[in-house]
Amino acid sequence: MISLIPRYIFNFFFFIFLQVLILNKIEFSGYINPYLYVLFILTLPFETPGWLLLVLASILGVSIDIFSNTPGMHMAAILLMAYLRRFVLMRISPREGYEVGTLPIPSFYGFPWFFKYAGILVVIHHLFYFFIESFSFSNIIEVFGKTIFSSVFTLILMAITLLFTYQKRNRI
Amino acid sequence: MRNFLHFLIKHHIGLLFILLEMVAFILIVTYNQNQRAIYLSSSSKMSGGLFETVSNIEQYFVLKKVNQELAEENAYLRSQLPTSFVQARDYFALVGDSSTSTQYKYRTCRVVNNTIRKHFNYITLNKGSLDGIKPDMGIISGLGVVGIVIKCTDNFSTALSILNPRLKISAKLKGSDFFGSVSWDNKSIHHVILDEIPEHADVQLGEQVITSGFSSTFPEGVLIGTVESVEHPVGESFYKIKVKLSVDFARLNYVEVVENIFQDQQLQLEEESVQ
Repeated sequence: MISLIPRYIFNFFFFIFLQVLILNKIEFSGYINPYLYVLFILTLPFETPGWLLLVLASILGVSIDIFSNTPGMHMAAILLMAYLRRFVLMRISPREGYEVGTLPIPSFYGFPWFFKYAGILVVIHHLFYFFIESFSFSNIIEVFGKTIFSSVFTLILMAITLLFTYQKRNRI
Repeated sequence: MRNFLHFLIKHHIGLLFILLEMVAFILIVTYNQNQRAIYLSSSSKMSGGLFETVSNIEQYFVLKKVNQELAEENAYLRSQLPTSFVQARDYFALVGDSSTSTQYKYRTCRVVNNTIRKHFNYITLNKGSLDGIKPDMGIISGLGVVGIVIKCTDNFSTALSILNPRLKISAKLKGSDFFGSVSWDNKSIHHVILDEIPEHADVQLGEQVITSGFSSTFPEGVLIGTVESVEHPVGESFYKIKVKLSVDFARLNYVEVVENIFQDQQLQLEEESVQ
């Protein structure tokens, strides 16, 4: 587990820069704003203590907020996602449970499982974020629309990222 | 204490989550303009609504008094009707256009919040700029002077109550026309101080103190209170008169806002002549 720490530190900065330098600039018709940085929280090991998960999530959220000039908004959304991760993992665990030494990524548990896991949490994150962004219930349709389109786009980007980066993990 | 610690340890993740989430929301409403505006407007709407509900409930308990006051005022107004006067047959007069001769307009408002125990007391009314209320209008009730409007939103306005040392009202004695200014000395909610009445004036106990009409805010002759005691401070040439207020601020309910249609004209003229 210790050997994973440098990798996660790299991931942390990689996702922040990817998000603020490239993905925040993408705005297809105002409905598609992918937030790929949540993948950092999704791929943390199963054994990560709950408090560490929350602390990492808030640091990540604040970093994104600083660069995208939305103080607190990403922080609130990713905190909720990090908090609910535990319950979602419990809900969708395989029959024999999670093996020791594995990570919640497709190369261990397959793409269908991963998309169920990531899909639930990404939709929660995006929905909460877009709600905070509009901060009212008056344009609820727009919020749902944004959530659906952006979540699909985020999941596609996640699949591409995971195919490139985590593919060889299984053979090592 | 041990149970409490146990509780903290057991739920530390949930508590940490709530704490951090609160930090996030504080950041959101402090630093994001849009969210801040929504948060502030909805919270002020809620507090305004709450005050209004509370005052709605409170009203039931004073209905009897209000009825009585209204009945008295009705009787007074009826006594002012032309039918209550003897018509002189050989009277000849010219009546101008009534729309230009009206100087004061009255609007009935309800008091939705009212402080009396503070150093600076304020009143909140349930009408605002949408109803035509503007800052600097006077407020009276059936019994006498209440205060002056200072700020208006669309649906509410706040006013300085006469129980506020920042408010000074020009007043005079009804019998002798000597004028001075009325202000609150922070001691009792039933009394104000009338100052600047010269020492050669003849002041009677129980004499009525009314507005002078010099300031453009109130019409002349609105009751403020009655003289309760007269004091002559040593070395000063003015009386210090303690006036018993005619309005009971502890149960203020319906009030009328006075609009002086010629206020702007008067103020402008006065300013120009001072220069």
